[in-house]
Amino acid sequence: MASPPTIDWDAVIADPRFQELHRKKQTFLTTLMIISVVFYFLLPIGAAYFQDLYRVKVWGVINFGLLFALTQFIVAWGIAYFYSWRANRDFDRMARELAAHYEKKAG
Amino acid sequence: MNTQYRRWIAWALAGVLVISSGTALAQGAVAPEYRWLTFAVFAAIISLTMYVTYLAAKRVKTASDFYTAGGGITGLQNGWAIAGDYLSAASFLGIAGLISQYGYDGFMYSVGWLVAYITVLLVIAEPCRNIGRYTLPDILAYRNDPKAMRIVGALSVITVSTFYLTAQMVGGGVLVKTLIGIDYEVSVIAVGILMLAYVLFGGMVATTWVQIIKAILLVIASLVLVVLVWLPYGFSLPAFLQDVVGDPKVQTRVASLLGDPARNMSAIELGQRFLEPGLYFKSPIDQVSLGMALVFGTAGLPHILMRFFTVPTAQQARKSVVWAMAIIGGFYVLTLFLGFGAAKHVGPAAIAAVDAGGNMAGPLLAQFLGGGPNSFLGNFMLAFVSAVAFATIVAVVAGLVLAAASAIAHDLYVGVYHGGDTVPPQQQVRAARIATVLVGALAITIGIAAKGQNVAHLVALAFAVAASANFPCVLLTLYWKRCSTGGIVAGMIVGTVLAVGLTLVSPNVTYPKVVKAAAQKVLDGEAAKRTAIEAALASADTLASGQAKLDLALLDKAVQKANDDLAKFAGQETSFLGLEKPLFQLKNPGIISIPLGFLAVLLGSLLFRDKRSEALWPEVYARQNTGILASKAASH
Repeated sequence: MASPPTIDWDAVIADPRFQELHRKKQTFLTTLMIISVVFYFLLPIGAAYFQDLYRVKVWGVINFGLLFALTQFIVAWGIAYFYSWRANRDFDRMARELAAHYEKKAG
Repeated sequence: MNTQYRRWIAWALAGVLVISSGTALAQGAVAPEYRWLTFAVFAAIISLTMYVTYLAAKRVKTASDFYTAGGGITGLQNGWAIAGDYLSAASFLGIAGLISQYGYDGFMYSVGWLVAYITVLLVIAEPCRNIGRYTLPDILAYRNDPKAMRIVGALSVITVSTFYLTAQMVGGGVLVKTLIGIDYEVSVIAVGILMLAYVLFGGMVATTWVQIIKAILLVIASLVLVVLVWLPYGFSLPAFLQDVVGDPKVQTRVASLLGDPARNMSAIELGQRFLEPGLYFKSPIDQVSLGMALVFGTAGLPHILMRFFTVPTAQQARKSVVWAMAIIGGFYVLTLFLGFGAAKHVGPAAIAAVDAGGNMAGPLLAQFLGGGPNSFLGNFMLAFVSAVAFATIVAVVAGLVLAAASAIAHDLYVGVYHGGDTVPPQQQVRAARIATVLVGALAITIGIAAKGQNVAHLVALAFAVAASANFPCVLLTLYWKRCSTGGIVAGMIVGTVLAVGLTLVSPNVTYPKVVKAAAQKVLDGEAAKRTAIEAALASADTLASGQAKLDLALLDKAVQKANDDLAKFAGQETSFLGLEKPLFQLKNPGIISIPLGFLAVLLGSLLFRDKRSEALWPEVYARQNTGILASKAASH
């Protein structure tokens, strides 16, 4: 499964452009991942320990709990959209430049 | 070659129709005089998918075509296919059912299934597309010892897929029987033959299109039902829910769920309680544990991972997850209306009377909205929803069988037995087809053997194994420099053994002593309940007496079951592992087994260093981040 030895992989990961891509991506992904996991687990934990809050009626018979559950969908979609937007704008371009550079170098 | 395929597919189609129509039909949800309608809709859907399979069969020539449709699926197509692969009968019928029976908790349950895709999107889909080829073990084998990885990886793929498959086959058999009254065995065989026809001839190309068609049908069916449910309220959510909580059927259901505490509550309070948490989930830790299995397990499901190898680039993989999230999430929002709509129109008790798990909520709602059990349109809609449920099962099963077969043919036969890629393409495709038949036969056999078993927890177990074994291994091999062969082997073994082991000693397993005690309690309370129901039956209030009739039917069912249980477990005191009561109190092992799975990979990697794993790290890390050479890997 090893690929052609013509690409110097050590040089790729030592490349400042790769380091920058890696750093930006790592920070961005870790932050989003933590936000989404924490936000999700607030729902079942809140449902167990803050039942009085979930019962508060906000809009007609619709209570806080139901709105919070619906918000989960909006937040999940929001995170997906935000990540795609960022990846399409920055990460793809940086990755494409690196790939073009090293694939050309390898011939 | 083409005529041969055509003949085979024609035979498979004819076989399914003959088996389905020639059998003794028991009573199902569809009335006998309208059963032809169901078969007509079935035949239409089967013909469409078979035609697609026929077209696909001509395009499947290499192993890459068979396993990953040659990497030629677009992001949008793959998004629909992921939705079709993921939305099993459990989510289509099960979640609507849970909402119709338990209100809020059922809806809360659906959230985790969507949030799971954030993990897939952020850390799994693109790196896997960049370095993988056909299967999950391919990713592990890139930098770690290939033989060891293919063996442990394939075993894990087969384990996870078999658990999932068993749940689908048994659940599907019961479902088809309940809907149209075909014998359980016949429906299992019909699902098996159809699925085999798709996978065997059309490989991933046909599987993908069957999943796309199924997902589109599912969304159309749900949209139609939701519009019909919601339209009378001018598409106002508060007005709709106001009517749901004001419904006496819903209020009675809440009262019976709450028991004694309900005595001091007004009808309005009871109805409102349906929109509040706590009617279904009793243990918050168990729920968090299940949530962990979903959120981390989806990213380790082999049949979902495999879908990312069918698109040409990481960008398309990303696009496909975003589309899948839109479709899956949108579908779960629709189930809110299906579930509450069924509770209001059909009533929780009437739904439970047909199927205790509430699975018939969606189909019965369709029948009601079309005009009821005696109308043509009502039965047409029921038939359509039933046929979609059937297509749902077949599409999910096809994806699972393909994943398991590729682990056997690509990883074990080509990778381990032949030690690599020296096997000629045609022989690889033949191996894949043979493995497909083996797995398909296994699925049918297990489906029939497991008749009557409670397999609902097997889906959760598949997610738990995927989250505890596959997910830590894939994540750490992609992102951690020191990860090594020893770590992956340790993680796979510890994660799988713990998830399965804890489940075997958990409350999911039957403990005869506990069951008998519960049955005895039902019998002891029977007389008092019967007196109360008879009083209600005698009352002049037609609504109360109608409800009492349903209660009476439920009570008779419960008593019957209690007597059956007592007879079934007479002289038996312990579970098959010799336990009187569960050793592990949670139904979901994730909260213990996921952290320990990660720990095993960490310790194993630190204890057993591997030169190859470390030497190939720069290559894996550079490729997974940049996609260098990804197009070459895909075109191989």
